[in-house]
Amino acid sequence: MAKTIKFTLDGRVIEAREGETVLQAATRLGLLIPHYCWHPALGNPGNCRMCNVEVEGAPKALVSCRLYPKEGMVARSAAPAPRRWQSAALEFHLVDHPLDCPVCDQSGECGLQDYYMNSIGRYRSSMRDNKWHMGKRMVLGPHIMLDQERCIMCTRCTRFVDLISKSHELGIFGRGHSQVIDLVPGRVLDNPYSGCVADVCPVGALTDRDFRFQVRVWYLDWTDSICPGCSRGCNISAHTSTRRPWQNKGLRLARVKPRYKPEVNGHWICDEGRYGFLNYDSDRLGKVMRLKPSAEELSWEAAAAEVSSALRRKPAEGLAVMASGRLSNEDWQAFQKLFLEKLNVRRFLFAPEPDQVGAEDELLRRRDKAPNLEGGKAVGFGTRIASMSWDSLAADIEAGKVWGLYAVDRDPVKVWDQRGHELLERLDLLVYQGPRKGLTGELAHYRLPATDWLEEKGHFTNFQGLVQPYRQALKPLGAAKPDWAIFEGLAARL
Amino acid sequence: MAMLPFSVIRPRQGFVERTYLWEALHGLIVTFRHLFLNLGRHLLRLLGARVAPGAVTIQYPEQPAVLGRRARARHFLLRRADGFPRCTSCLLCETICPAKCIHITAEESPDVMVEKRAKSFDIDLGLCVFCGHCVEACPCDAIHMDVDQVELSSYTRSGMIWSLPALMRGKPQGGAPS
Repeated sequence: MAKTIKFTLDGRVIEAREGETVLQAATRLGLLIPHYCWHPALGNPGNCRMCNVEVEGAPKALVSCRLYPKEGMVARSAAPAPRRWQSAALEFHLVDHPLDCPVCDQSGECGLQDYYMNSIGRYRSSMRDNKWHMGKRMVLGPHIMLDQERCIMCTRCTRFVDLISKSHELGIFGRGHSQVIDLVPGRVLDNPYSGCVADVCPVGALTDRDFRFQVRVWYLDWTDSICPGCSRGCNISAHTSTRRPWQNKGLRLARVKPRYKPEVNGHWICDEGRYGFLNYDSDRLGKVMRLKPSAEELSWEAAAAEVSSALRRKPAEGLAVMASGRLSNEDWQAFQKLFLEKLNVRRFLFAPEPDQVGAEDELLRRRDKAPNLEGGKAVGFGTRIASMSWDSLAADIEAGKVWGLYAVDRDPVKVWDQRGHELLERLDLLVYQGPRKGLTGELAHYRLPATDWLEEKGHFTNFQGLVQPYRQALKPLGAAKPDWAIFEGLAARL
Repeated sequence: MAMLPFSVIRPRQGFVERTYLWEALHGLIVTFRHLFLNLGRHLLRLLGARVAPGAVTIQYPEQPAVLGRRARARHFLLRRADGFPRCTSCLLCETICPAKCIHITAEESPDVMVEKRAKSFDIDLGLCVFCGHCVEACPCDAIHMDVDQVELSSYTRSGMIWSLPALMRGKPQGGAPS
């Protein structure tokens, strides 16, 4: 049991852990002390002066982000005097602030608005001079935009690029009243985690370029989810816009924000995960189709009957199955039941596609861009059963050993290119199941629409072996069903 | 605050009240009072002893209706000096609208101090309840409802959706714009 220190904050007795500041202890217990510059992962420079508290026996205001509690200390944050100090600090932050909330994308989730409306705001400013104008609409990099007028100089962004991404693109220039955040000369804010500076910015100074003017934040629905971008399994919050379909260019997923999970991703996510969702609504499948020999839309019952009899038409030795690392644990379970127990298939391919192997770094990103190959290992794929390589499967199809292929969210034509067209034309049966059509979807005999990760709920197992749930954020498109439900439907008929 | 239930005690009605004779007669008195008062006013005007006429019936479609100064008619989007709408596309009107009839999409404004402007601004007047909340909410005084155009009709539902150019047209020219 770690040592704890008891002190009083606003009449409430609080136990702080050793080494915790007053602000940390209060935030851990869900008590609000206004603050901007302190961020749990970025330190406490104490420059915003918003977290002032009154301590009995102390002669002046103390900032609670740098105040370590003593046994029996009595501190007040919501009393009239500290509220007056806090509102004076807020008034200083707003001296040059343009107050352009109606056109600011941060509006609705802005720290300035939160505290201003929360009894700290001075609705009549004592400033009589004109506001200073500074840089507006400055493009810092591929993802981030800066508005220097809205900045309150909390320096969270510069601390992020110094401490977390260690790329040092941003700096503080000038002094006093003319102090601004800007790019270091000759640099561009282009690091794999650049999107996080918009998250840490408590005001509208740093905003996302691709979210700019798309949706007002109060129209968004937040759903807890897991990033399917790599095997890290970062905890994210998927912000979807479905109430006003004309907004966000008609796309349902508006943006992705990180969700705090100390064991996995801390406070951050990488730009690949954050901005990699732009194609979420494109190229989607919503109809159960038989394309060959005659094109016809089928019901799920008819499709299950036809596909299950087609899978049984020839011996299972010649059947190959491709699975994607995007399957959830539930999908893997049903997959195993259908193809191993019922059909006894021997040829499996679940190795990543060549473009699914990407950059890796020490912070978050993993080389393996499939989110749930670990979940497959739990039911034997990758441990008991080895994956074929893309080349050996191509060679088997060329040699005529394989007559049928069941591709689950995999695009062999993309991997094999022109050769893939010829190979897949040789097959007697090609079933394609997935959320997007891809290149293979055109060639398939049967095309089954599956839901993507936001339209179903399930679990991903990350590379550490941690099983994490993701929730349903959107309605499935058309007749799409989760992968496990499609496998179950087929298994029931075999 | 807890709400306490209470009963309304209705007045007991006697025989005279229940026959309704007096109330029916009272109604006739009101009608005839208006008739004779207006008749008197018209006569006085005819004799030159009075300027204002008595109550008159307006031959509405032929003769234009006179609306009160605070009447709310269809929306009107004000322009800036450079011809673009004043609207900065903040979506406050869209947010406050109880009928959800305002649809706005935003784009980058060429003027750096304005930041944002409306790319499209559609109002479905078939859904609008003419409550005037949008006018109240607008921080830029960009939307008005004072053009006194109340003749809004269309043969199609889509014809009731007015977009930016039509909404920026000032005083009514008669008939709904195409």
